[in-house]
Amino acid sequence: MTNAAWESLSNQAIGVAGIFYFLALMVHLGEWASLRAPKVAKESIASGGGGVAVATGGASRETDPDVLAARSQRVDFLGRLGVILTVIACGGHFVSLVGRGLAADPNRVPWGNMYEFTVSGSFFVVLMYLVLFRKYGLAWMAPIVTGFVVSVLMVAVIWLHSEVAPLTEALDSYWLVIHVVSAVIATGAFTLGGIASVMYLVKLRVGETTTGPMSRVPSLAVLDRTAYRVHAFAFPVWTFAVLITGPIWAHEAWSRYWNWDPKEVWAFITWVVYAAYLHARATAGWKGRNAAILACVGVLTLWFNFIGINYFSTSSQHSYALEAPATPGPETGGPSVVGAPLRL
Amino acid sequence: MTDLDSLLLADPRPERRPGELGARELARWTWRQLTSMRTALILLLVLALAAVPGSIIPQSGVDALEVSRWKDQHPSLTPIYERLSLFSVYDSAWFSAIYILLMISLVGCIIPRTFVYLRNIRAQPPAAPRNLLRLPDHASYTSPQEVDEVLAQARVVLRSRGYRLRDADPDGPGGPGADSLSAERGYLREVGNLIFHLSVIFVLVGFAIGSLLGYQGGVIILQGTTFANTSASYDDFDPGSLFGTDDFDPFLMTVDGFDIEWLTEGSAAGTARKFNARLTYQETVEAPEETYDLRVNHPLTIGNTGIFLIGHGYAPVLTVRDGEGNVAASGPTVFLPQDPTFLSFGVVKAPSAQPAQIGLDGLFYPTFALIDGDPVTVWPDALEPLVSMQVYTGNLGLDDGGAQSVYALDTERADQVLKADGTPFRLDLRLGETQTLPDGLGTVSFDGVEPWVRLQISQTPGKLIALGGVVLALIGLLGSLFIRPRRIWVRARQDGDVTKVEVAALDRSGGGDVGEVLASVVAELRGAKDAESTSQSGTRTHTHNPQPRRNDD
Repeated sequence: MTNAAWESLSNQAIGVAGIFYFLALMVHLGEWASLRAPKVAKESIASGGGGVAVATGGASRETDPDVLAARSQRVDFLGRLGVILTVIACGGHFVSLVGRGLAADPNRVPWGNMYEFTVSGSFFVVLMYLVLFRKYGLAWMAPIVTGFVVSVLMVAVIWLHSEVAPLTEALDSYWLVIHVVSAVIATGAFTLGGIASVMYLVKLRVGETTTGPMSRVPSLAVLDRTAYRVHAFAFPVWTFAVLITGPIWAHEAWSRYWNWDPKEVWAFITWVVYAAYLHARATAGWKGRNAAILACVGVLTLWFNFIGINYFSTSSQHSYALEAPATPGPETGGPSVVGAPLRL
Repeated sequence: MTDLDSLLLADPRPERRPGELGARELARWTWRQLTSMRTALILLLVLALAAVPGSIIPQSGVDALEVSRWKDQHPSLTPIYERLSLFSVYDSAWFSAIYILLMISLVGCIIPRTFVYLRNIRAQPPAAPRNLLRLPDHASYTSPQEVDEVLAQARVVLRSRGYRLRDADPDGPGGPGADSLSAERGYLREVGNLIFHLSVIFVLVGFAIGSLLGYQGGVIILQGTTFANTSASYDDFDPGSLFGTDDFDPFLMTVDGFDIEWLTEGSAAGTARKFNARLTYQETVEAPEETYDLRVNHPLTIGNTGIFLIGHGYAPVLTVRDGEGNVAASGPTVFLPQDPTFLSFGVVKAPSAQPAQIGLDGLFYPTFALIDGDPVTVWPDALEPLVSMQVYTGNLGLDDGGAQSVYALDTERADQVLKADGTPFRLDLRLGETQTLPDGLGTVSFDGVEPWVRLQISQTPGKLIALGGVVLALIGLLGSLFIRPRRIWVRARQDGDVTKVEVAALDRSGGGDVGEVLASVVAELRGAKDAESTSQSGTRTHTHNPQPRRNDD
């Protein structure tokens, strides 16, 4: 296949992935909607995927086991269908990434610009979700994850899309693979942890319910533990990415292992916030609510760093999102990178 | 003694109001507050917040030109920002104050914990609580074995799982511990925790060594010229406060050539790859010559010094002959790129020209073209080079001995050379052309284009300490996150013909789910012996924490 063919395959695959994520989102929303009993019944019931079927009295229709079983079956079916659609979409997502890599000459890893980073980041969010689906019982997270990924992919395709280009020189290093893979994996896991923490806060406000969609979300203790476990996985990976491989590569490419570049600053801020989260979980008075708020702040700083800071600061050496600005001269004394094309 | 007593009694202590603290108590209270987890948490958050301005406001240590540009645009804010050190946040007193407080808090937290840990490291697991069934995670079953057999077997099972066991009968035979067994594991979690926090200090020490004893320098070297590593050779030089001139590695290096590959097609056309500065260097003046291909991501290390290729540009070779026909300035002049098209700005000074000094400033177009009458460069490679410069004559301000940038022309006491019609005279030279200046000032010719490279040269001592610190921190972190400290108690009591066994588990990390562990320990305890003698219904496993609900259960 030619490079152009690979590129168009990649573009088509991301489109297909987007459509399937959207379908998955619709199906999962349908799944949640069927948890609600018809208005006639006044009292709704929760079947919880068959786990906890609590009938809270009311019309006889609601206590009819046949009706309950049929509804439970429908919810289960929709849940499974949604996951299958997500798996298909994830496959398309993967094909798209491979296509990006093979479309470049020479072939490379698909991490050359913001579009590719964003597509990779959202891919890892889905991948981690699917991998941990059974282990942590993440079915309740399905509509949020698919909704999130659909949104991020739309942002990527509409605003960030750029044609396949060879890696800029400074990116052309095997550290790219190590650094970006670890950063993106941590991003995916932090995002899932953030979703769990957001739901923790929502649940804390709504209270334990046996009806409606929130009844699908597990108890506060389980949410807290799931969030902690995912964060406990992501935090060392993030440490490895931004405090070990990042500085080593920065030292190779820019001569300074830590330069307070805006991207570095925000990676550091993210790290500090998550360190605070882990401490908060073990501190009286900060457990639970405050820790969950910290996790949400963490995920905000994470995604701001991933996408936002590139548009906020022009002096970043990680400015792969923008045309490099006019280059400073040596008389200014800064470690400026004269000759914009060397910029990373 | 009585004298002393009376002396003490004679000295009436000042009355104290309730709640008032003495200096020592105040110090102790402050120390307690500072080293509390809550304070550490708040300091962490303040540190994160304090790092934000440095990512939004240009930093002089990162991009000095951007700082001066910003200052020009915001004249009223600049003095306020300067007072708050907002242009060098990460060196500022207030930022340092935060992390120093955090470090003190950390040390104050870690040292006592280390002693506590050292005291406890050989401690026995605590005796079993009186009522195991009150613990959140517990199970009970009946066994036909004797009490001693059950406990002996539990010892084997738990020991094989890496648990430390409480010595049998520490309270003597018949004591309250005789019918029970205490087991604990995960002692290394605290070690991991301590390592992580101590390593943070290591990293800071490494960082401090680097900024105190190291230096950063930048230099532009023309192709074919030699650089000797002394502070005078640098264009910009930023030493740490403890860096001495004796600390330079005495190397020499020559840029023999610079290779570059321009992309001519695709969406990245106009950008370049495969930058390669071919160097010849000697580690000392006596050392043999060696060569190195200096590329991006492939720095050269000589002694303690790292040499990095970070930029490149063009140096047009311009020759200025004065009114008397003598060469007043010649050779390649470094022009600085203004944008990614490599449109470059530069200055030529000919102070020795007669009858008057000559100064040129203007632009270099690598591939010149006129598009709609506007001069532009259409390609960053030097295919159709052209220089376009204004000419000044008079006093260039070089004679009073003051330092002057080679990239700026002091035109305060110099006059711009004008054409006969009074409009500014402009030199437009293609490669190989010569143009005569008005008023018999002389001639300028454009003889060639040489590449230059910009190198970052630095010593970063302490980088391995910092790296080692972070790696150690990661190892400690993994330990503190994934080693699960757990306690398990087993109690066996004779109950008629059978033995009643109670097992309870406690997770001490706060993140674990001991229900599964408990179930597996119970299964092994029961499965290891006669499986048929106890029925499954005899077991009641109770787990306080509900299992995450699954879609398919």
